[in-house]
Amino acid sequence: MTLQEHGAQHEDLRDLQRHLTFLKVGLVVVMGVLALRLWSLQIREGAYYRDLAVNNRTRAVLLEPARGLIYDRNGVLLANNAPSFNLYVTPEDVKDRDRLVEGLVRLIGLDEARVRQKLSERGSKLAPRKIRGGLTLREAALVESHRLDFPGVMIQAESQRHYRLGPAAAHVLGYVGEISAEQLERADAAGLHQGSIVGQYGVERTYDASLRGRAGQKMIEVDALGHEKRVVATERPQPGDDVYLTIDIRLQQLAEGLLGEEAGAIVALDPTNGEVLALASRPGFDPNMLSRDLSPKQWDEVIRDEGRPLTNRATQGQYPPGSTFKIVMAAAALDTNTVTPDSKIRCTGGYQFGKRLFKDWKTGGHGPMDIRQALVHSCDVYFYSVGQRMGIDTIAAYATRFGLGRETGVELPSERGGIVPSTAWKERVRREPWWPGETVSASIGQGYVTVTPLQMAHLTATVANGGTVFRPRLVRGITERANGVYREFAAIEAGQLAIKPEALALIQEAMAGVVTHGTATRARSSLVTIAGKTGTAQTVALRQGPEKDIPKRFRDHAWFISYAPVEAPAIAVAVLAEHMGHGGTAAAPLAKQLIEAYVALLHQDLSTVEGSGGPPAESADVVMLEAVR
Amino acid sequence: MSDRLRDRRGLDRFEWAFIAIALAILSAGVLSIYSVSPGRQGGAAALYLKQIVWILLGSGAFLLMLMFDYHKISAFAYAFYGAVLVLLLVVLVFGKTSHGAQRWIPIGPFAFQPSEFAKLALIMVLASYYSKAPREGWLQRVVLPGLIMAPGLLLILKQPDLGSGLSYLVIYVAVLLVVGIRSKAAGVLLVFALMAFPFLWEMLWGALHDYQRERIMTFVDPGYDTAGKGYHGLQSRIAIGSGELLGKGLHGGTQSQLKFLPEGHTDFVFAVFAEEWGFLGVLVLLALFLGLLLLAIDIAVKAKDELGLLLAAGLAAMLGFCTVVNIGMTTGMFPIVGIPLPLMSYGGSAMVMTLAGLGLLLNIKRRRLTLFY
Repeated sequence: MTLQEHGAQHEDLRDLQRHLTFLKVGLVVVMGVLALRLWSLQIREGAYYRDLAVNNRTRAVLLEPARGLIYDRNGVLLANNAPSFNLYVTPEDVKDRDRLVEGLVRLIGLDEARVRQKLSERGSKLAPRKIRGGLTLREAALVESHRLDFPGVMIQAESQRHYRLGPAAAHVLGYVGEISAEQLERADAAGLHQGSIVGQYGVERTYDASLRGRAGQKMIEVDALGHEKRVVATERPQPGDDVYLTIDIRLQQLAEGLLGEEAGAIVALDPTNGEVLALASRPGFDPNMLSRDLSPKQWDEVIRDEGRPLTNRATQGQYPPGSTFKIVMAAAALDTNTVTPDSKIRCTGGYQFGKRLFKDWKTGGHGPMDIRQALVHSCDVYFYSVGQRMGIDTIAAYATRFGLGRETGVELPSERGGIVPSTAWKERVRREPWWPGETVSASIGQGYVTVTPLQMAHLTATVANGGTVFRPRLVRGITERANGVYREFAAIEAGQLAIKPEALALIQEAMAGVVTHGTATRARSSLVTIAGKTGTAQTVALRQGPEKDIPKRFRDHAWFISYAPVEAPAIAVAVLAEHMGHGGTAAAPLAKQLIEAYVALLHQDLSTVEGSGGPPAESADVVMLEAVR
Repeated sequence: MSDRLRDRRGLDRFEWAFIAIALAILSAGVLSIYSVSPGRQGGAAALYLKQIVWILLGSGAFLLMLMFDYHKISAFAYAFYGAVLVLLLVVLVFGKTSHGAQRWIPIGPFAFQPSEFAKLALIMVLASYYSKAPREGWLQRVVLPGLIMAPGLLLILKQPDLGSGLSYLVIYVAVLLVVGIRSKAAGVLLVFALMAFPFLWEMLWGALHDYQRERIMTFVDPGYDTAGKGYHGLQSRIAIGSGELLGKGLHGGTQSQLKFLPEGHTDFVFAVFAEEWGFLGVLVLLALFLGLLLLAIDIAVKAKDELGLLLAAGLAAMLGFCTVVNIGMTTGMFPIVGIPLPLMSYGGSAMVMTLAGLGLLLNIKRRRLTLFY
């Protein structure tokens, strides 16, 4: 670089530097203008803005989203939203609280203590609080006509969850309710607020994040009485996603009808993919009633109900499996080579263990039995003997392989896992050693062993399909509201049953025999081949006299697990009828009716065109109801 | 030539002041975000903590930009700009939509906003262009750099991101003016135009009816929420004004605490600060911004060559524009166009980009004494 070039460049640089002086001056001036503006806002008009801030005349009113709809597997609408009037009060705008409370109690008969409690709950005084949901049109009109007397009161038209079929599938659907303070504390409560309606039970709860949608809000300017003058801004709420259940509501209602007034549970699964076709628990409840604003007294009544209608017996009821447990026993005995398919044990009607005689259900005994016959006729002595030979820990290991002793993972809250006893279990829970005699009762599914009806249906489905374990599922797919895309969930294969295929084949064969010529001939159907296993779960250890003389609450529970058709299983059913006596007489006919109905439905559905690649088609009345949300 | 080995001098008073001012502004920002973070009540992840993470990441960018000689960094200017253009295209195709505009590329839990980096890239590209090319005639002086700038601007406006597009355009105009103004008269005119802008704006914009403004705004920015923005503006003015002389103290801001003030952590962070710290706090903050910007211009003036001067001038112009327009819009002097306040508004990409810019500024300052000819 020559000196001359350098000089020229230097000249250029100085030229540019001069321009920057303007930038500097300009910046100082503009900053001065900003400071002036801030002085004007904060000092000159500060008092005015303070007044605006203190008596802020704008309110943010939340706009609740419409909850996603719930359909059954065929697109039948189960839960939608109906318009409802909700009463809100903005504490800031209430001039005379006593007068307001007294007025609301007089006009629409609100519970005084509740109103006061809601008003004194923590939270922003500027945010309207939901005092009462589900007002009738008349009540809403009454409040509206007295609005001048009640500053701060507001009636909002919102939507109320509506379960179209009332108590049908109540335990599966669940119900919704106002979010509790405790739920609000939790991390997943983001976007929720006091008064938010969230799922409290069933699929409503487990799929709440999808169903709930996102609240919007409306900024309104209010007058001195807190009444809306104009809307300043609106952010529309985003409705929740629609959920399609795996349940076939026709089958579900049939199952509930079969149980009738009796307590019990029926679970039907599709053994080819784990989809829950029906999950009935009786007694039930009306989710419409529970989703409304219940008073503490009404709640108390529901909770104290002797029949415990809120308990989902299918997933939370833990019962001794009785003889249905012999499926597990047979699998264990064959897989461990404790017995061969042909080895026989003579049943004389009792099994002597130490000083104690364990009786067979059949007085006089069954005579010599191989394992097939022992299953078909549900011989107790055979399994007492086999169980004694294997020991409790081997039995426990096989029960665990069948998924007993832990939750199946179905999408319902508070599922129970039942108990698979073992020496370690007893040591841990009871702090006592295991007595060999206890193995004897465990061998026929009595004693400590407990299972849920869902677990038994799951076990049956696994046996039926030849050993593939599918996790039971209640939701088939979800349609996202934002883009209308239907996302179908794939079957969840949890693994393969670690048991010899020959052993499973033998069990399948024996289960068919149970229905054709064993303990469950009442489940024999002319329409379809059914395989099954009966069970009778004792509720009290020692009983005397004939069944009918025993008070009902001490009578045995009746079990029947089954699948059909035997050749190509399409449905697996577990029936548990509380205190109904023998499985073969009380439970088997129910399973048979359900299976026959399902087969008929399958034929009927096949004859109508079935759509594919989208959410199940909606029937006409569903489309009409859609307009309500 | 190893720059890293040679540059082991401690910080001089100028450099200390520069860093201290930046840290003070950063702290004011974190404090204001902390004050409105929903995370304080549990629930959503605390934003102020995330912001601190961004600042740490940005400090890395700051050091990186300080470490190597800016001539070496500028050698990558075109490559950097090219990469940013590709990313802007990616945003349009795959980007995450938020508030009706596609501005983000999701990376894990974070979202990356290429339009922020476009600003830095543009400054670097323009500085290297003007420092190398002869600047004779309109074509070389205005049109060519304009053609370089245009694709980035179009991609940003397509998102649409009016705020970023505006700052992007301003960088071009500012560098052009530093290079281009030959007459003193023009310079004076420009300064007065800048000064008068807010008042002219009030006169022109204020004379329009609401619906006319809405029409214009929705034309320029389809994502413009007419009802919402007017509301934001009012709430922001109430927040600032009600702060009065001494402010309401940390967490004392009723406007921001009660969520009347939307976006309190991003575009309206200044309003949160003004409500809680009052006019006195605001004066201190303005002085800090002014000090930082004056130091930046000083770096430009004393740069040893044109590249350094133009880089520093471009950075100063960008920071100055964003600061002034953001405060102007929160105080209701300008329309709300969504320009974040440098070093204070919540946002990862902007934070990293701004701190990288500060690193580059300090780089130019530290190397003005090293001779290279």
